[in-house]
Amino acid sequence: MSSPQDLRYTRTHEWVRVEGELATIGITDYAQNELGDITYLELPEVGSEITQNEPLGVVESVKAASDIYAPISGQVVERNETVIDSPDLLNRSPYEEAWLLRIRPTDPSQIEALMSAEEYDAFATQAAH
Amino acid sequence: MAVEPLIFELSKPGRRGIRFPEPDVPETELPAELQRDRLDWPEVSEIDVIRHYTRLSQKNHAIDINFYPLGSCTMKYNPKINEAVVRDPRFANLHPLQDPATAQGVLQLMYELQEMLAEISGFSAVTLQPAAGAHGELTGVLIARAYHAERGDTARRKILVPDSAHGTNPATAAMAGFEVVTLPSDERGNVDLAALRQLVGPDTAALMITNPNTLGLWDEHIQEVVQIVHEAGGLVYNDGANFNAILGIARPGDLGIDIMHFNLHKTFSTPHGGGGPGSGPVGVRAGLEAYLPSPHLRKVETDGETRYEWYEPERSIGRIHSFYGNVGMHIRAYTYIRMHGAAGLRQVSEDAVLAANYLLANLRDRFEVAYDRTCMHEFVLSATRQKRNGVRALDIAKRLLDFGVHPPTVYFPLIVSEALMIEPTETESKESLDNFIAAMRQIADEAENSPEVVTSAPHNTEYKRLDEVSANRNLNLRWRPSQEPKVPVAAD
Repeated sequence: MSSPQDLRYTRTHEWVRVEGELATIGITDYAQNELGDITYLELPEVGSEITQNEPLGVVESVKAASDIYAPISGQVVERNETVIDSPDLLNRSPYEEAWLLRIRPTDPSQIEALMSAEEYDAFATQAAH
Repeated sequence: MAVEPLIFELSKPGRRGIRFPEPDVPETELPAELQRDRLDWPEVSEIDVIRHYTRLSQKNHAIDINFYPLGSCTMKYNPKINEAVVRDPRFANLHPLQDPATAQGVLQLMYELQEMLAEISGFSAVTLQPAAGAHGELTGVLIARAYHAERGDTARRKILVPDSAHGTNPATAAMAGFEVVTLPSDERGNVDLAALRQLVGPDTAALMITNPNTLGLWDEHIQEVVQIVHEAGGLVYNDGANFNAILGIARPGDLGIDIMHFNLHKTFSTPHGGGGPGSGPVGVRAGLEAYLPSPHLRKVETDGETRYEWYEPERSIGRIHSFYGNVGMHIRAYTYIRMHGAAGLRQVSEDAVLAANYLLANLRDRFEVAYDRTCMHEFVLSATRQKRNGVRALDIAKRLLDFGVHPPTVYFPLIVSEALMIEPTETESKESLDNFIAAMRQIADEAENSPEVVTSAPHNTEYKRLDEVSANRNLNLRWRPSQEPKVPVAAD
């Protein structure tokens, strides 16, 4: 497994990409692979506040329904309507086209505390067993 | 075999199953505003109806057809004497609105069922009202909420739920207005005691535990778990979904559990799945009886006369079901308990546990076992070894259809990757278990040598691999009648 180097990761399989003052978040390739074919996605409205480690939305596949947890706290400034309409994008392009939310982080230091790609790969490899 | 048309598509104008005789009383016209000129009912003969539904029934799998090891669901055989008893006109012709004085027989049966369930589980009182397991959970959690509220202890906002729990547990806690806190499992599949000690506190309303848990394992520290929660002032709710493993062996009430639901449609052999409805009675320890739903049934003796009557418990959480619960299920469960007796019920659990361990012992060399201990009534395999060849748990489930058996539960519990959750129940013969073992071992061989046989399964069924993704993404739940019914497709 080799996750993109420029992202930070959570133990609940979300990723964060810093883009200037904003941060983009999504779910990892490992997460989409474990879920299988994704059929439904629920995300918060633009303007709402999300809190680190609290559920921000739901992703459903033919196998299971799972919460998506906020990797960091912040305010939602944009959400990806395309992926809500076509949740199968999450299976095809979890790090690019299927980004979920752009948020304005409340505390940017939360991002630094997340896992690096190497740390996440080691964690996910362990979780697969 | 051809695709079975809908009953509407079999319709032919003017065809009918019954012809009424000419009326021998004067006809009265319905008022014009109550009449309509088009009614999209199927027009079919009696034989059309019988053949249509018989053919549909033949497309089903059922415990009456073959093995059904659907883990966590306890798809045990439903003895036919249950049906004979519940169809007795003295039960079948009763109406819930009739005067209880004229229905004393069924009330006596229900009262005795309450008492028998209380005795089997070690609880002080049992309500028969909830309609199924999750409804029982909600009833139990509302009782816990009322108990804390009664004492003015309103800070208890959290309910602890192990990560191996049925999804209904956190859903129930959330529905009752609580915050859900997930408890990790330890490396032997028990509740992680260190994490429990850390997470429990003055904000803990209850712990919802399933014991034996969904890994088919008895929690080795159940008494400590109960003690830790009680010392923090919380209650312990037991999800009784897996009660079939411990009848006559252990009583949750004796272990200090405060509240538990029973699944009559699992443990006590009432119909399950599409055949339901379910029934989820709830038992409570001494001190919680006053919170039970209303109405509750009691036995009153006056002047040597015994009668059974409904009453509202003093601090009742209120009504949770219309009338008196799913009474037909109460009659079946009562029959099952009476037919077995105490020794027979213990034998049920011993045989269920023996059958599961027999399967596990004959499969553990070919499949990974998530938490490899002596199991209770069910166990969880993992298809991680097969997945290296591209064969997933779902493929194994589909391949099992070719052997005429129902697949096990897959992808649950969530803490096991590629989970296959297998529960044989006590009613299978050794031959039936051996057939399943042979099928699973053959599939393990195929996963190694010819994985495409498994990944393209099923091969012998009427329908091959269904497109479950499209079915989920493009839901089409309603058939709309057209003016011109399609021509029926003949069976070949």
